[in-house]
Amino acid sequence: MTAPLLDIRGLTKAYPGVVANDDVSFAISPGQVHALLGENGAGKSTLVKMIYGLVKPDTGTMALNGALYTPAEPRAARAQGVAMVFQHFSLFEALSVAENIALGMENPPAPRALSAQIREVSQAYGLPLDPDSLVGDLSAGERQRVEIIRCLLQDPRLLIMDEPTSVLTPQEVEILFDTLRKLSDEGTAILYISHKLEEIRTLCDAATILRGGKVVGACDPKTTSAAEMAEMMVGKSLAVPAREAGEPGPTLLSVTNLTLPAATAFGTSLRDIAFDLRAGEILGIGGVAGNGQDELLSVLSGERATAPGTIALDSADVSRAPPETRRAAGLLAAPEERLGHAAAPEMSLTENALLTGKTRKSLAKSGFVSWGQTRAFAEGIIARFDVRTPGPGTPARALSGGNQQKFVIGREILQDPRVLVVNQPTWGVDASAAAAIRQALLDLAQGGAGVIVISQDLDELLEISDRFCALNQGRLSAPRPARGLSMEEIGLMLGGAQATAAAAQTSDKTRVAAQTSDETRVAAR
Amino acid sequence: MITLEKRPAPSNAWAIATPILAVLLTMLFGGAMFAALAGLDPDLTMAFDTGEIGRLQLIQGQTAHLFGSATETIRVIFWDPLFHERFAGFSRPQLLVKAGPLILIAIGLSLGFRAGIWNIGAEGQYIMGALFGAAFGLAFYPSENVLIFPGMVLAGLLGGFLWAMIPALLKTRFNTNEILVSLLLVYVAEAILASAATSWLRNPDGQGFPGSRNLSRHPGTDNPELFAGTGMHWGVLAAFIAVIAATVLFQKHTLGYQIKLAGQATRAARFAGVSPARMVILCLGISGALAGAAGLFEVSGPQSQITIDFNVGYGFTAIIVAFLGRLNPIGILLAGLLMGLTYIGGELAQIILQVPAPAIQAFQGMLLFFLLALDVLSNYRIRVGKAVPA
Repeated sequence: MTAPLLDIRGLTKAYPGVVANDDVSFAISPGQVHALLGENGAGKSTLVKMIYGLVKPDTGTMALNGALYTPAEPRAARAQGVAMVFQHFSLFEALSVAENIALGMENPPAPRALSAQIREVSQAYGLPLDPDSLVGDLSAGERQRVEIIRCLLQDPRLLIMDEPTSVLTPQEVEILFDTLRKLSDEGTAILYISHKLEEIRTLCDAATILRGGKVVGACDPKTTSAAEMAEMMVGKSLAVPAREAGEPGPTLLSVTNLTLPAATAFGTSLRDIAFDLRAGEILGIGGVAGNGQDELLSVLSGERATAPGTIALDSADVSRAPPETRRAAGLLAAPEERLGHAAAPEMSLTENALLTGKTRKSLAKSGFVSWGQTRAFAEGIIARFDVRTPGPGTPARALSGGNQQKFVIGREILQDPRVLVVNQPTWGVDASAAAAIRQALLDLAQGGAGVIVISQDLDELLEISDRFCALNQGRLSAPRPARGLSMEEIGLMLGGAQATAAAAQTSDKTRVAAQTSDETRVAAR
Repeated sequence: MITLEKRPAPSNAWAIATPILAVLLTMLFGGAMFAALAGLDPDLTMAFDTGEIGRLQLIQGQTAHLFGSATETIRVIFWDPLFHERFAGFSRPQLLVKAGPLILIAIGLSLGFRAGIWNIGAEGQYIMGALFGAAFGLAFYPSENVLIFPGMVLAGLLGGFLWAMIPALLKTRFNTNEILVSLLLVYVAEAILASAATSWLRNPDGQGFPGSRNLSRHPGTDNPELFAGTGMHWGVLAAFIAVIAATVLFQKHTLGYQIKLAGQATRAARFAGVSPARMVILCLGISGALAGAAGLFEVSGPQSQITIDFNVGYGFTAIIVAFLGRLNPIGILLAGLLMGLTYIGGELAQIILQVPAPAIQAFQGMLLFFLLALDVLSNYRIRVGKAVPA
């Protein structure tokens, strides 16, 4: 075995009330693709933040290429060849790709030289990207490429990637993996953080598993099954959501001919959307975020009104009905953005329970709120969905993301909806809680409700949906039975293949064009 | 390095402590300002120049002099209005007279401020309420019917409400900025007030002097002192009722909840079914109506008539009161009383110590400044030393 590139020994980091990392040790060798596995709260983020110089460890040491490595800040980490692609992108939508990349550099070269460099790197690693396009016009996958190229321009020896595939279509994932393999062949080590075990099995050479801040195991993902890894992560075997197959009932929700222009410059227009949802059915809507998911939820929840006759609940037109009227009729929704949309961050859980529960739970009489009943409702959600919090008086923002999500989904499910629309129901939720949420959605459908699940997680959709359709650039494909759909078919439904191929072509063209113009310029001189 | 670290939950202790700390800091810096205004003691300087006293004695003497003038001004502003043996008899009732309209207007404003709707033009709505109410009362002159005064109150509410509807409708229809529109309408209202005082509401028996008939000396249109020597008039009573109503609204009613929701998370409010346009109309309408009522109570009581410049800036000061009270009804009650105190104390300081009027305004400005600056402490804690990013 070669000498390790990064050697981590006994890293410990404690925050008030919680030990985020407890005596963590492992090593990454050059060119290795090393997976870091663990549930939310297992300490993965703290660990990579220490490696990237964002957080200073309490005790323990790191060595990079045999020399002591103590990055005081990310700049120092980058200077020593450690780069990181975050899960959430830090890009300006109104600026071009090249401008965004220049903003992240210490000494950016002249714009033209930088564009050339970007084209060169994007070509070398098979990451199609036009440096002059506006970031606001790019898909999530393309935005991620901007972040990756920003890192690659620094010629890193270790590249940290935090949940890189959560926003990608299957085809985009393939492109990313090709790039990462190429980097690994050149000797760049990759620290790869993900929940998706199958991905890790295809891509990674080694895996370190964290649970409760401690290293609980290491394995070779090529030879370990996903189930075994999941058990190491969770510490117990996972219950796979299950339900009995049932006959779908009558149509509950019917959407026809729904078209809605984008609300903002970087929003998505909904185009001619049509589908039926039947009682007892789960309709999965896949697609990469930013393709109209938010907009679709807001027209179903009633936040945005649509043309009369486009949305019917139980054959009654609700296209122009406000949210409270729809709730009274049994059409409930749980938006993706937990803080600020599904819940008010500064308000207590009790107050947030009132936010959507007022009508169906009769929490207010002639305008006067019954806080006792509201608190009881909040306590019911907390108990039934295992929301970890000191109590219903805690402000929503003090909860972890996964617990916020459990609260928000639980709040709608416990209102006994006829139709429930959820966007990204298990995003950022740990594996066992995600399984519980999926099971609750299945139970809801079993009980005769119609459920629409909008999600980027295709495995999740295939696991729980009866029918599947894809939302791409504001258009919804025709729903197809989910059973028996292959990943390739889904990828095609998502429009990923065409989009990616088209992007690759344009990029090639621009590159050729750029080269020719460069040559002409040289010739002219 | 000093860093600010966000607290996991807002600190209740600091939410209560910051207004008190702000008042103390205002006393400290305001005292320094008054000391600077009072200047050095010329007698001591003279004595030093002629060699009667040494340098040390000069510094000691001047320090004591400056400290003395600072504490004296602070005492005159905060203590003498209530307890001075000669002036308190006059100034003590003034406390409620000044605090009443401030509280009434600030309660209305606090609804909008909590919802993120910024009515800065309460002064204009105050003027329009006074004009509507006075015009209604004078239209029946010389009738002394008991229904006239209640009618005037309604007209005052309506006047303020309608004036506030201009920014409200412009915002909901054309998405204009309510801050600018409501503020600029103050100057329009002032122009209308001037024309009323000099032409269409001018007292026909007033020998051509500008100003309306005296409303408070005419039974039927007057807003009397309800208990002699207290300063308590109908407007003060209305302010107390508004405090109670707002407390109930925020603690018990869905409308209060919706207002808070709209202010804290716009998207969540929309998701909950709160219509932003309805919120704008409601908040501007209520604050306008209350400001209008305050104007009517003032013009029919303490001010007694419409004059060119009968408005004295209550509508603007109420903004300070609303924030000083942390947009909380009980807080606003206390803040209104405190602000009323600085008003009468400021007047006393002008009379007794010849402190210039702008210095009093600067003093009130300091209060708002410290309050807003310290506000950060309820949501953040200060950490001195190396930053520890979470």
